[in-house]
Amino acid sequence: MAEMLMKGNEAIGEAAVMAGCRYFFGYPITPQSELPHYMVKRLAEVGGVFLQAESETSAINMCYGAAGAGARVMTSSSSPGISLKLEGISYMAGAELPAVIVNIMRGGPGLGNIQPAQSDYFQATKGGGHGDYNLIVLAPASVQEIVDLTIDAFELADKYRNPVMILGDGVLGQMMEPVEIRELKVNIPEKPWATTGATGRKPNLINSIYIAPEPCEEHNLRLQVKFRQMARENVRYEDYRTDDAEILVVAYGTSARIAKGAIDRAREQGIRVGLVRPVSLWPFPYEHLAEVAQKVTAVLVVEMSAGQMIEDVRLALNGSKPVDFYGRLGGMLPVTSEILREIEKLAKGGRSNG
Amino acid sequence: MVKVFERPKSLTGKPFHYCPGCTHGIIHRLVAETIDELGIRETTIGVGPVGCSVFIFEYMNLDFQQASHGRAPAVATGVKRVHPGKTVFTYQGDGDLAAIGTAEIVHAAARGERITVIFVNNAIYGMTGGQLAPTTLVGMETTTSPVGRNQETQGSPVRVSEMLSTLDGAGYIARVSVHDPKHIIQAKKAIRKAFANQMSGVGFSLVEVLSTCPTNWGLHPIEATKWLADNLIPYYPLGEFKVPPAPAKAEREVE
Amino acid sequence: MLQEIIMAGFGGQGIMSMGQLLTYAGMLENKHVAWIPSYGPEMRGGTANCGVTISDREISSPVIFEPTAAIIMNRPSLDKFELTVKPGGFILVNSSLIEQKVQRTDIKACYIPANELAEGLGSSRVSGMVILGALLELTKVVSFDSVEESLKKVLPEYRYNLIPLNRQALEKGAGVVRQAMKFAVANPR
Repeated sequence: MAEMLMKGNEAIGEAAVMAGCRYFFGYPITPQSELPHYMVKRLAEVGGVFLQAESETSAINMCYGAAGAGARVMTSSSSPGISLKLEGISYMAGAELPAVIVNIMRGGPGLGNIQPAQSDYFQATKGGGHGDYNLIVLAPASVQEIVDLTIDAFELADKYRNPVMILGDGVLGQMMEPVEIRELKVNIPEKPWATTGATGRKPNLINSIYIAPEPCEEHNLRLQVKFRQMARENVRYEDYRTDDAEILVVAYGTSARIAKGAIDRAREQGIRVGLVRPVSLWPFPYEHLAEVAQKVTAVLVVEMSAGQMIEDVRLALNGSKPVDFYGRLGGMLPVTSEILREIEKLAKGGRSNG
Repeated sequence: MVKVFERPKSLTGKPFHYCPGCTHGIIHRLVAETIDELGIRETTIGVGPVGCSVFIFEYMNLDFQQASHGRAPAVATGVKRVHPGKTVFTYQGDGDLAAIGTAEIVHAAARGERITVIFVNNAIYGMTGGQLAPTTLVGMETTTSPVGRNQETQGSPVRVSEMLSTLDGAGYIARVSVHDPKHIIQAKKAIRKAFANQMSGVGFSLVEVLSTCPTNWGLHPIEATKWLADNLIPYYPLGEFKVPPAPAKAEREVE
Repeated sequence: MLQEIIMAGFGGQGIMSMGQLLTYAGMLENKHVAWIPSYGPEMRGGTANCGVTISDREISSPVIFEPTAAIIMNRPSLDKFELTVKPGGFILVNSSLIEQKVQRTDIKACYIPANELAEGLGSSRVSGMVILGALLELTKVVSFDSVEESLKKVLPEYRYNLIPLNRQALEKGAGVVRQAMKFAVANPR
């Protein structure tokens, strides 16, 4: 066990190796490039495979092949690259393949820029690719949490035979914080379904085509049962100073960190404000949020987007409380003092102007 | 009584769904016979395409992965990197390989990825309804070139084998045809080389198989084989475009 | 205690490594620390900056909006960061490379001829360490020993021979600050 100073992107790589991941297929894109840089060296040390693909589309399909062949595999990208990977993600969900996909989000739409953003929330949590499928989406807020969630992501991917996404942003990818790197006892489950060559057994098939609608519906219904189980078993969140809160801030990832600073300053003024930070964005902590919100008079959602997670917050509260919004777009960060100003407005009984 | 002919063990026996006169069935069989002869059925993983042969996994009695359109070489790369000692092949049509999957096939070849590719070229999209393919000949009528492929606006057909053979990573590239028994025998030899090369560690191997599509060509099956010989072969000459510098070791062993 | 320090200059001046060194030192002192680089296209244009946060409480934003101190190693960085420094904060200017003076009067400016001082020690490459030494003296954010200790963590062993020179550079920068403070006390305005 050692405390090290690591960049978020590198920490994802180290955590993946700790979790037994030995295959990485990627394509360069800022601001996640330190992750492939790390993996090419680290996987060589542990006898793994690093391959820079010709495109994000190819990288995710290499993951499909490797996952189908029974390996723990990861790919990473940033927003525009994830758009390209969606084809493969849908196929992997359809063929029930485990993999960890990292999105270090940047400003969009289109080429946008390389600054941190949270505007891929819909893409990550509401499908993105075609068809009825869900990914477990985990949103760390510190480098240590990046390590912990990445390790969990591999376990969950194998447990449910489903892709799991780590959703970070440019700040989390680029920043350095101390992390604890420890030896991990990894038990990769047997994968009797994998295509390893049909030696002494019936052939295995990795597939998402069901040409007749009836079996395709059956397949989908079975997937839905799995997705509901995933939703029941994986709700994660953090509460911060919510015990006596009258105002509730909801934010995740980098926004949540900055919001905590604003909450501390508001508390110094005597404003009773707290934060719920969803850690799992899918499944979203609907019930917990509804419960906490019962005691508050106002809710403020802070995002680095035009307002995406706010839709889930509204679903959770189901009209019971007014939900206000403060967001920055296109790679801009919310500033502590700006969030504080919005909290102050709500404390005076006003509305945040979002 | 001595059995002199039987179904290869690498075929499941499920009747092919292909149209009358389509040569996919012949090519499936050649691949299956090769896998049987090399004794690698239990250590081979196939990757299927999108297109008419999307259900190849139902006919081949071995492990299979079904890939999205054009991505089979990337999927095969993933499989091969996890199981470098196993045999991995893709089976792809011309829309899959030469249009949407151009990047994947070019870079799998450039990397010298140790996979075998069976590329079935019938110069048309079959399953989606007879559209213009990258390999459709100039003047050929398709549902998206109803008055014939216009070179001016739709360009010229792509010669995949010639193109890929320029890459250093390509170990074995051949073009064959299955329009008559003589050519079928030649095709089998090339397919066998392509698999044996993989086993002996030669880089990327690809066999382009000229094939018929009577349905979408609008021809009787017999006319289709003749049309192939008269029209496809002149534009897509048969032969080996790239061979390994020395005979592959595994091939010597099996002969 | 919350110290939010911006370090800014040209690429190649060792700005990023200097920031990481300070962050490491904070970690060795069991403080909460975070480091974040600028990673925009300006990196390719030759300017670089990073932010170091050292705190005795959990750090909210790793991105620094209002630094408590700024180390400025080139002219464009002075233009960019002078206005952001928190009132009462420090701004340390490498006067070997920047003639411009700090305009604000509500922050404490300190001019360090870092390149000359480094060359005096035999290597212009330690100019960053000279100015870091000045920062340590002014802010007491971490101890000199912690910085020296973290050098051992960030340098490969075959580079350990450079540690004494780096220590000297830190002391040199600190000395300038101590001299200036004496001077300031002796000559009250």
